[in-house]
Amino acid sequence: MTLMEFLLLLRDAIPGGIRLAIPLIFTALAGLFSERAGIFDIGLEGKMLAAAFAAASLAFVTGSPWLGLAGAIVVAMAMSLVHGFASITNKGNQIVSGVALNFIAAGLTVVLGQAWFSQGGRTPQLANDARFGAWEWPAVDAIGEIPVIGWIYRFVISGQNTLTYLAFLAVPISWWVLYRTRFGLRLRAVGENPGAVDTAGISVTFLRYRAVLCAGFLCGFAGAYLSVAQSAAFIKDMSAGKGYIALAALIFAKWRPVPVLFACLLFGYLDSVAIRLQGKSMPFVGEVPVQIFQALPYILTVVLLAGFIGVANPPKAGGVPYTKER
Amino acid sequence: MSAAAGPLPPWVNYGLMPVLNLTVAFLISGLVVWFIGESPWEAMTVLLQGAVGYGEGIGFTLFYATNFIFTGLAVAVAFHCGLFNIGGEGQAYLGGLGAALVALSLGDLMPWWATMPFAVLGAALFGAAWALIPAWLQATRGSHIVITTIMFNFIGSALMVYLLVNVLIVPGAMAPETRIFAEGGQMPKLGWLLALFGLDIRAAPFNVSFLVALVMCVVVWALIWRTRLGYEIRATGTNPTAAIYAGIPYVRTVVVTMLISGGLAGMMALNPVMGASARLQVEFVGGAGFVGIAVALMGRSHPFGIVLAAILFGILYQGGNELSFWIPTISREMVVVIQGLVILFAGALEYMFRPALARIFARRPKPSPAVAAKA
Amino acid sequence: MSDHTPAIELVGIDKSFGAVHANRNINLTVAKGSIHGIIGENGAGKSTLMSILYGFYQADAGEIRVRGRKVEIHDSQAAIRAGIGMVHQHFMLVENFTVLENIVLGAEGGALLGKGTDAAREKLEQFARDYEMEVDPDAVVEELPVGLQQRVEILKAMSRGAEILILDEPTGVLTPPEADHLFRILRVLRDEGKTIILITHKLREIMAITDTVSVMRRGEMVATRKTAETTVEELAELMVGRRVLLHVEKGAARPGEVLLQVRDLVVKDGRGVTMVDGVSFDVRAGEIVGIAGVAGNGQSELLEAIAGIRRPTSGEILIGGSPIGRPDPARLRHLGLAHVPEDRHHMGLVLRFEQYENSILGYHDDPKYLNGPFLDIDAIRADAREKIEKYDIRPPNCRLRTASFSGGNQQKIVVAREMERDPRILLVGQPTRGVDIGAIEFIHRRIIEMRDAGKAILLVSVELDEIRSLADRILVMFAGRVVGEKTPDTGEQSLGLMMAGIPQ
Repeated sequence: MTLMEFLLLLRDAIPGGIRLAIPLIFTALAGLFSERAGIFDIGLEGKMLAAAFAAASLAFVTGSPWLGLAGAIVVAMAMSLVHGFASITNKGNQIVSGVALNFIAAGLTVVLGQAWFSQGGRTPQLANDARFGAWEWPAVDAIGEIPVIGWIYRFVISGQNTLTYLAFLAVPISWWVLYRTRFGLRLRAVGENPGAVDTAGISVTFLRYRAVLCAGFLCGFAGAYLSVAQSAAFIKDMSAGKGYIALAALIFAKWRPVPVLFACLLFGYLDSVAIRLQGKSMPFVGEVPVQIFQALPYILTVVLLAGFIGVANPPKAGGVPYTKER
Repeated sequence: MSAAAGPLPPWVNYGLMPVLNLTVAFLISGLVVWFIGESPWEAMTVLLQGAVGYGEGIGFTLFYATNFIFTGLAVAVAFHCGLFNIGGEGQAYLGGLGAALVALSLGDLMPWWATMPFAVLGAALFGAAWALIPAWLQATRGSHIVITTIMFNFIGSALMVYLLVNVLIVPGAMAPETRIFAEGGQMPKLGWLLALFGLDIRAAPFNVSFLVALVMCVVVWALIWRTRLGYEIRATGTNPTAAIYAGIPYVRTVVVTMLISGGLAGMMALNPVMGASARLQVEFVGGAGFVGIAVALMGRSHPFGIVLAAILFGILYQGGNELSFWIPTISREMVVVIQGLVILFAGALEYMFRPALARIFARRPKPSPAVAAKA
Repeated sequence: MSDHTPAIELVGIDKSFGAVHANRNINLTVAKGSIHGIIGENGAGKSTLMSILYGFYQADAGEIRVRGRKVEIHDSQAAIRAGIGMVHQHFMLVENFTVLENIVLGAEGGALLGKGTDAAREKLEQFARDYEMEVDPDAVVEELPVGLQQRVEILKAMSRGAEILILDEPTGVLTPPEADHLFRILRVLRDEGKTIILITHKLREIMAITDTVSVMRRGEMVATRKTAETTVEELAELMVGRRVLLHVEKGAARPGEVLLQVRDLVVKDGRGVTMVDGVSFDVRAGEIVGIAGVAGNGQSELLEAIAGIRRPTSGEILIGGSPIGRPDPARLRHLGLAHVPEDRHHMGLVLRFEQYENSILGYHDDPKYLNGPFLDIDAIRADAREKIEKYDIRPPNCRLRTASFSGGNQQKIVVAREMERDPRILLVGQPTRGVDIGAIEFIHRRIIEMRDAGKAILLVSVELDEIRSLADRILVMFAGRVVGEKTPDTGEQSLGLMMAGIPQ
């Protein structure tokens, strides 16, 4: 591959990178709400998977992607409630609860899928109008002729589906909720010092439940994106570790909403480049194993955690159930 | 909300409470079975019959239990030092590489009993190596070990896939796996052991790794409760400040503990790689690293409890396989659901019944103050 | 509303935590517009009582009346509504929030932040003018000194319209001038008609600022007095139930060779703040050197540096004339340095260990407890039983979890472990904090015996009485420096002023 070809590949990987970043953005924002409130959530993966299954099943039965999305949200929020019940009400171990939810989601989606649709855990293929379709922007052909901007307009701005646009909207909304509302102030406080929240007369339990519900809500979008927008069916294990990459992105973004967007775009882009580079050789370097690209988000996150790229301070009360001291 | 009032009698804490938690997990599993239109009772019978009803089933059950003993011990050792090693999955994966390298090289030259010590060592070394960086980062830079070990699971997975696809693969073959190990690189079956009880294991891959696992249980018990290092590990785990005051070097203790933990997780690979498939394959760990968390929690981080919990998960695993075979509507993943529910109720929700039990039992007059818990 | 209606009435308050009866049938009346002190030893139940009043805990029985009306205080919100504010001993602040965010938290004045924040900013400015309580509203709390953080806590309560302000051990973290400033503020607040409840275990403060004082002992309210009509001696007796032993019988010291030398020691804490600032002194065999000072003036860091737990930034520590080099508690123990740490729960003991396991903590590398890499359990238990007998540790059962021993017996476990090693140098921090009178006498006697046996002893205590009765020489620390050396017969007032940084 010549250098020019390589550069073109890097450019052409951008739209795909964005598409791959969308579920990461929703999920990482979900993690943001939960973890800023002091509840670790490694069950993001499971919530996304369960939501994807619910979305595909409901969209298939009703023929409406919106009802699919609604179902995905309900299921993911229900799982959040379980996580909340374990880690807030019963003060259980948040990591263990997350692992358990991931197991349950991985198993139950296939068990139910097999029982309902008998396609080995898959859901039936969705018709086009049961999916979130792409929005064609006006005058794509005309504007598309303009160099650079036209390319961006044609391949990046236009032709995306509803959920993609919603993902980009979710970032400023999350920022606004966290930093400009009473709920956000309290949420950030409860993740740092729940005692301060409690003595201010605010219920730590209720606040944290609301935070994990926000996480479930956003995971619902991520799941629906996977099965009803990006694909046209639920496939066994289709989240494929995206929940963990989102977690990595959240840490990489140091638990802040706007950097979350960029971390997710970066990780999505890496994935997209890896897909395109498969079996090809890079200029100067030669063939690079795709596994390096797959591992890169995790490696970057470890390097960050090691303190080589600034300091990542997790919310102080993260992972610790709140008990009034005696 | 002063739920955690008085201490509960040991039989409630170590007996009744886990049983109650398991019962709830099984009840909900039954609900799922009922929900998809099958009889929970029948499913349970098939499951138990398949897991412990005949020689081969028992062989498989113990085979799976062997995996969980190793990963359970790995998690438990780290727990004692106050560390949450969620990276058993990746450490076991890498451990497979260590075991396979020994089996591929020495296995051609020596009988199994001569290869075995090196294989155990190789698996442990590679597993330990995969725990080293997270351990070091936790000890010296305070990087959260839960997160770093999760990340290392994925990095390890990518590395192993790369090695299997590009390096270790049999030239010309399609499947990303090594060649079959020679006899000297395989762990022999333990058919004779079950034959003592009049059972025939047939094709079940129940093998010598099980005995290695039991030896490791004794080793871990002695390490934690009978050695100076174990004392230092427990002191660091329960009160790090006091440990520093006592001159116990934090960095060294954390790193050594994680190396032991990673080593134990790595040894898990002996069982599937050298005991069953006789070759290294992708994804052979299959979630055992995560199940180890549940096993350690249920076993209260004590080797004896870990063996019991591992056998329970072995029963679920094997029984679940049989379940999907005999009742096709119930897919194989039902096992994963049951495991998840057991992890949820026995792990994350382990104290759900504590307040209620405390009301019933804590007020009773203490039998005798001499009954000190050995924890 | 008549002015004679009490601000607070507690009637028959009762509270248990499991087997611990923290409050027994407490009755208390606090007059409006007064400063009411509640005094008692650690663990007497003061904080529990106030937490009940603030809705942090629910009482098992009893009634709370605020300004004559019975109120149910289920949570802190109810307490705030009833006009009660509380300044906790451990501040309830979100450290990475600004002052303003902390003030606003819980009183945002609407679902969006803008308006409430502006109002809070104005309020802060007004408080700053009225009560000389300036603080930068945009400063991040973790970057403020402790005194200012406490001010934020007070402002938080006041901005919510608290008429009744509870302060839990407010001066523990303050320097004397800061404490004086606080007291000035409290007097202004009282004169404006606010009611203040001050929880403390410091008699001097009670006498200095309160109008009325109530004494708690072992969960019970034992007496209430007008401050003007009582004396320190009476209160002390009420607190402990019998006359405090103010002077320990001891002969004159016979100091020998210098065993411990500290030269120009500088120690910084985790945040990089200089806590010990160029301290030098010697301790000789056969003498007790006491370090007096208000908590937080560097004593803890000094002690930890000498014990090898904290790495000094610069300076030197010499044992028997040779520098100790790299800080390493284990090696220092081998050199004959024993250390009774200030906080036995966090440092001196692993509470979940059985008693015998704690009896070797720090000495677990001694060959006499080991068989190769293995612990010699029999030897360790025999050794633990010996100490239990010699130090009269109760209950005499080395298999019991350490957490189930009382504070005094836990301290004896630590003291026994450290003293029985027959060290050359003994560091002792807060030897009698939270310890019952019987154990105090015992521990004091043992310290004197160690001195008479020729040990070099460095004693750190915030209890001036303890320092004065035990030490042969007193070094006063203030703001990280040793500001003077005195003899134990120096007047309490003179030492107190030095502790406040005023040279004598």
